[in-house]
Amino acid sequence: MCLAVPGRILSIAEADGVPMADVDFGGVRKSVCLQYVPDASVGEYVVVHVGFAIQLLDERSAQETLANFEKMGLIEEEFGEVPR
Amino acid sequence: MKYLDEFGNPELAHKLVDEIHAATTRPWAMMEVCGGQTHSIIRHGIDQLLPDGVEMIHGPGCPVCVTPLEIIDKALAIAAQPGVIFCSFGDMLRVPGSSQDLFAVKSAGADVRVVYSPLDALTIARDNPSRPVVFFGIGFETTAPANAMTVYQARRLGVPNFSLLVSHVLVPPAVAAIMESPRCRVQAFLAAGHVCSVMGTGEYPPLAAKYRVPIVVTGFEPLDILEGIRQTIVQLEAGEHEVRNAYPRAVRAEGNPAAMAMLDDVFEVTDRTWRGIGMIPRSGWRLAAKYREFDAEERFDVAGVRAAESPLCRSGEVLQGLLKPHQCEAFGKQCTPRSPLGATMVSSEGACAAYYAYRRLELVQL
Ligand code: SF4
Repeated sequence: MCLAVPGRILSIAEADGVPMADVDFGGVRKSVCLQYVPDASVGEYVVVHVGFAIQLLDERSAQETLANFEKMGLIEEEFGEVPR
Repeated sequence: MKYLDEFGNPELAHKLVDEIHAATTRPWAMMEVCGGQTHSIIRHGIDQLLPDGVEMIHGPGCPVCVTPLEIIDKALAIAAQPGVIFCSFGDMLRVPGSSQDLFAVKSAGADVRVVYSPLDALTIARDNPSRPVVFFGIGFETTAPANAMTVYQARRLGVPNFSLLVSHVLVPPAVAAIMESPRCRVQAFLAAGHVCSVMGTGEYPPLAAKYRVPIVVTGFEPLDILEGIRQTIVQLEAGEHEVRNAYPRAVRAEGNPAAMAMLDDVFEVTDRTWRGIGMIPRSGWRLAAKYREFDAEERFDVAGVRAAESPLCRSGEVLQGLLKPHQCEAFGKQCTPRSPLGATMVSSEGACAAYYAYRRLELVQL
């Protein structure tokens, strides 16, 4: 559960007063809270831990990390789902 | 170097390993604090790629492993109460309490639910207003902002049936406790990258200076870890003890100010017992006074819960780097991931489980 996974923001909408995003993790989609990265916008990459974005990440390193995680089976381990 | 082709970029991995070998003239022992790094090091055989005499000591940075037995027993007592919906991250379900685990309580009929995010537990609470919903809020500084936000929302939105069983632990006081131990062998630290994504690096310079140890903030992928080790060895060989950031793509020196402000509002520092290590002063967070009504320990009468560890388990020595998992008599015999005696065998981030998954056959052959 220490793992934080990079994902790409697909859309942002407010829910109960906090910004929530639909985030794509190399094929797996999750709802993610953006409260701690107030400047994040659609198309950008964020580091996500237990449903919360904790930092912004540049696109190149995010994609490298995602490719490595997929190779190691870590996305499936983290979300309990196989990427589509 | 049979493992290197599994690395994201084998050429870069070769180069880093060569540089580490070229820089090393003496034996060194460094500790990776984070369990995610332990898992990666053992899985990819990184420790076996290092020069002879350079030792990785596996630290206490697996939140599942260090959550105190007493809190696990309290979780079991709360989950077993009629009507309660007990929500947890999945890796807590098999953590052994004094006599059983959450999985067993669930099998016996309790409503124990695995959630991905603490916000999911808050949603469950709003959907079930007549039932008490408790979230098991454990973890390091990386996880705490999520739990803090959830309690903040519970208070703001008025969700009175939600509460948090909280046992947060903090990395810097653990680093200090390890260095203060008379049997300490650690000469340098790889600091956990995602903890620093939240908290920044500001807490580490005083520790590096006081204990004269290099501290290198390091990521979790194999190449990140090799780079963290390389920067550490270069400092050790030069007699330096600075804080360096080898994971700048996810860590800024100032951390995440919005998350830190929320943590400051919701939590306050408290003494915490670490499973296998004991009490470390001011090493954790609990809910601050204005959020105390959301504290599950206040809501449920669990003050009388007392806990006892398996006498066979030596995870305390493992967590302090005094013993490697396979040197424990019970390793792979009485204690396996299916029937763990100690928490370090439960989580895939625990040192005992990592050795069991990736080293068991090799160790038998040795
Ligand atoms: S192998 Fe099992 S009994 Fe031995 S230290 Fe590890 S968790 Fe404890």
